[in-house]
Amino acid sequence: MTAAPVATEPFIHLADVRKEYHRPRAPSFLAVSNATFDVDAGELIALVGPSGCGKTTLLKILAGLHDADSGDVRIGNAAQRFDPARDVGMVFQQPLLLKWRRIIDNVLLPAEILGLPIGASRARARELLDLVGLSGFEQSYPYELSGGMQQRAAIARALVHDPKLVLMDEPFGALDALTREKMNLELLRIWQQSGKTIVFVTHGIAEAVFVATRVIVLTAGPARMAGNLKIDLPHPRTLAMRTHESFGAYTRQIYQLLGME
Amino acid sequence: MTTTELPLPGRRFELGRPRWPVVRRWSIAIGAHLAVIAIWWLAVIAFHVPKFIMPTPGETLRTLGDPHYAWLANAWATTIEIFGGYAAGVVTGVLGALAFSWSPIAEETVMPLFVSFNMIPKVALGPLFIVWFKIGILPNSLIAFAICFFPILLTMARGMREVEPELLDLVRSLHGSRWQLFTKIQLPGSLPFLFSGMKVGAIRAVAGAIVGELLGSAQGLGYLMLQVQTTLDTPAMFMAVILITLIGVVLYGIVIGLERIFVVRDARVK
Repeated sequence: MTAAPVATEPFIHLADVRKEYHRPRAPSFLAVSNATFDVDAGELIALVGPSGCGKTTLLKILAGLHDADSGDVRIGNAAQRFDPARDVGMVFQQPLLLKWRRIIDNVLLPAEILGLPIGASRARARELLDLVGLSGFEQSYPYELSGGMQQRAAIARALVHDPKLVLMDEPFGALDALTREKMNLELLRIWQQSGKTIVFVTHGIAEAVFVATRVIVLTAGPARMAGNLKIDLPHPRTLAMRTHESFGAYTRQIYQLLGME
Repeated sequence: MTTTELPLPGRRFELGRPRWPVVRRWSIAIGAHLAVIAIWWLAVIAFHVPKFIMPTPGETLRTLGDPHYAWLANAWATTIEIFGGYAAGVVTGVLGALAFSWSPIAEETVMPLFVSFNMIPKVALGPLFIVWFKIGILPNSLIAFAICFFPILLTMARGMREVEPELLDLVRSLHGSRWQLFTKIQLPGSLPFLFSGMKVGAIRAVAGAIVGELLGSAQGLGYLMLQVQTTLDTPAMFMAVILITLIGVVLYGIVIGLERIFVVRDARVK
């Protein structure tokens, strides 16, 4: 595990969070109904479930992009103050790099928007590109990089302003299976080296169990939270663990919670 | 997207673009043009085509020596009409797109009007413009402007709208301002669209100015064509068409050159 500060309070506290979308000419859509879970600082939480289970909605609520209709959402604690503008980093399914910017300038985008000192940010961006395995590509344009490499750059961009919370919405969903497995290992390495709290949305059950310290299981129709599993696999994780008995037990348990077994 | 994770050191991804040396590409292009001219020449001689139907390239070129035709002054007038109308079209199109992007109400009210106006065949406005502004450079420039402005406005406005929703989320999660969204994402993102509209507009501006001259004018290459038509000086008509084309090529070349400077290769709209 990481050397996260031991706090009595959790870093994220959600209690009975509910969110409904009102749509014109259609019944309103219940996206999240009873989300209740805590996340400690330095954890890597996976939100797993089928499409329409509200995982992206929860992520947007954590990002401050949506308000919950009811329930408690609290981020930050005495040890780690949380500034909603500065302390969120986001990674999406698509890298969404700006085509006209070189990789280093893409990574710097959040620092520019926040008005951080550009010299220091540039140095930090270089370190991060090194961390994600892209040193030497600072001056490349996005089209010169493969999909996996572009997503690495997107991860560096999410870290450049040193946010306390990183939100990832199916970040490896668009990659091929092999690249995806490699990126899972990379994510674990980056997480351990950066010590960030990460919330990771995926519909891959094995992926969730493999990367996460805890898995929140969400079901669709009706949208509700079905489970909260602590994953007691040792760190650092290796691909060999995927054949462990306990790995299989966790995935089976999640399938059961999703009503698929 | 390739499945290769890391390219070999020192190598970059080339996505199937044939990379001919510039010299080779240019020599082939020039060679093809020269070949067409040679075929033209040979065909006229071989089939004894009369000069007033189709002159040889040599006869065409020789008309440049005729001082009565005032080639330079006429070409200059046409150039002013094309470039003037085009520049006005670009400026208006860009400003309109910016206004639409900042004020949805402006877009909702003005856009339907523009769509209706665009249905008017601009050529049909020529006689009106001449009544309003008298025969001269101005009405012809106005036709060039009217005919090239709309595609520029339309593509630029579309470029301003094409922001991925997640990118918007990214900016909003950082509490970025509307101005930052505009300068860092919308404006640079719309440039490829602008240039694609400008390329279409350049070709239309040339056509607009010439139509204006044919409708009524006292100078310009279109005007000259009408004059020499009455004397059946076909070589001079050929020469005028070639000069109009050259003016268009220069304008188009300037647009392409600016695109190369301002738009990253991969971002260009094909």
